[in-house]
Amino acid sequence: MSPLLEVRGIGKRFGSVVALAEVSTQVSAGTVTCVLGDNGAGKSTLIKILSGAHRHDGGEYLIDGDPVRLSSPRAALDLGIATVYQDLAMVPLMPVWRNFFLGSEPTKGRGPLRRLDVAHAKEVTRRELLDMGIRLRDPEQPVGTLSGGERQSVAIARAVHFGARVLILDEPTSALGVKQAGVVLRYIVRARQRGLGVIFITHNPHHAYPVGDRFLVLKRGRSIGEYGKADITVEELTRLMAGGAELEQLGHELAGYGDVTALDGPVKSEDEQP
Amino acid sequence: MTVGQDAGGPVPAARVRGMLARPEIGALIGALVVFVFFASLSEVFRSPAGIANWLDPASTLGIMAVAVAALMIGGEFDLSAGVMTGSTAIVTGLVATRLGWNIWLAIGVSLLFAVLVGFLNGYLVMRTGLPSFIITLGSFLMLQGLNLGVTKLLTGTVLIRGLADVPGYHSASMVFASTVSVFGGAFRVSVLWWIGLTLLAVYVLRRTSFGNWVFSVGGDVRAARNVGVPVVRTKITLFVTTAVAAWLVGTITILRLTSIQANSGIGQELIYIVAAVIGGCLLTGGYGSAAGATLGALIFGMVSQGIVYVGWDADWFKFFLGAMLLVAVLTNQFVRRYAEEAKR
Repeated sequence: MSPLLEVRGIGKRFGSVVALAEVSTQVSAGTVTCVLGDNGAGKSTLIKILSGAHRHDGGEYLIDGDPVRLSSPRAALDLGIATVYQDLAMVPLMPVWRNFFLGSEPTKGRGPLRRLDVAHAKEVTRRELLDMGIRLRDPEQPVGTLSGGERQSVAIARAVHFGARVLILDEPTSALGVKQAGVVLRYIVRARQRGLGVIFITHNPHHAYPVGDRFLVLKRGRSIGEYGKADITVEELTRLMAGGAELEQLGHELAGYGDVTALDGPVKSEDEQP
Repeated sequence: MTVGQDAGGPVPAARVRGMLARPEIGALIGALVVFVFFASLSEVFRSPAGIANWLDPASTLGIMAVAVAALMIGGEFDLSAGVMTGSTAIVTGLVATRLGWNIWLAIGVSLLFAVLVGFLNGYLVMRTGLPSFIITLGSFLMLQGLNLGVTKLLTGTVLIRGLADVPGYHSASMVFASTVSVFGGAFRVSVLWWIGLTLLAVYVLRRTSFGNWVFSVGGDVRAARNVGVPVVRTKITLFVTTAVAAWLVGTITILRLTSIQANSGIGQELIYIVAAVIGGCLLTGGYGSAAGATLGALIFGMVSQGIVYVGWDADWFKFFLGAMLLVAVLTNQFVRRYAEEAKR
């Protein structure tokens, strides 16, 4: 069986700047591929190619084994590739069920009597969210009252309902606290269990490792390794991302600062005393 | 109202939130209090004749308030809404009396004029990205000048009269300006228009895709665009709707009076916004209700006539209206904070 989505030696340049070069990875149904890298590593360029926002100019992009060139995010969506962005497409003051179907409202009746199928919309919202593990007592609840993690999950559930087979999650945990990040990670596992392919972009190896099956590490637009879960530990992943030696040096530097601050402390408080 | 993960969430607060979730609840309580207050002080106020009397100003204001509320939910203002009730009546009056056309044709021309002005307002706002407050302030002032200038130019006065002699006046008057006698009270037919439009607006806003879009373009226009809501079309439609509501009020006014003053409607635009805000609309858009705006107009009608019935100086009316507005805005602010409060 061919993977749902695969890139082979894919690349993108903007003028003379190489944003991404020779990157290969894939995601199959029911697996999570994590894309890790520091800021500027090329993660966003890769997502934009995958989601149809940019067109690649090197290598191959295959969906279901067929090479594609996506013209727009809409085209990607039609092939079942849905991207859930960090700044969500949600209206805080509107009820969850209205947000869930916003722009694709289910209707019944015809002509001037065409109206929202409210009962159906509420029921589907409740069911889809329940499948994601969110128990919604009242779909009339405004989205703004949900926590950040729950809002991410509603967005994920919406993408799944509207036919997504591959979910691209762009830093879904970066703006969240520890507990809420945990909520989102749980939903990523759920999505995987439901047979979706998930591409999870993050700069946090501690979020990636527990949920991922494959780990692609990017640095300055190039892949510096792709590993199966069995081939790597979370410590190695962290070292790889930060570039081992650099991290150790940073550790020594910070330890040095620690001493300086300890010396500064009493001096400052003396100044403040009248 | 809480979500599975937060089983320890505050339950009494959730119940309060459920009640406050309806934007028109404040206006409903307000309308009941005002009614009971004046009805207990004045026998005339609660008689059929009295009710017909205070429903009349409420009806024309209500027609506008409902349209303005929908526009405000969509995140925009229309300061030209007041002057447009005059402009549309003037167009009808001039076409009927100067050109001698059948009044129905004149009303049709005026409707086209309203659609055009509404479209231009909406198009300019969407095209320039400027606040609708400024764009429609411009069209307000231009229309105000046109109303006076054109009327003076063509009639030599600031009054267009003689509508009663125009062909078709009788039938048009039946539709827009007749009165119906119920239990001895002479009720204006505009009350029926008002009720009908309120029901239509409530239905469209709450039960159609378009209604969903209206809330979304006012609540978060970027999110709405991201999920494929036709933002420009939705907002322009709202501006056109407001102008058409002004056309209806203008038509009712000119057929009732059989004449129209060139300065008619000016200053009313803020009263419409007041009624919509008392009815629970947020000034920032994305939240509000057509039923609430109608209740806001009802409060306005009851107070304006009630003060006269209980024999107070009518000057107190504006004070009362201002106080209502302040209370409503403070309540709305509280409601929105509550609704938007995120448990991060």
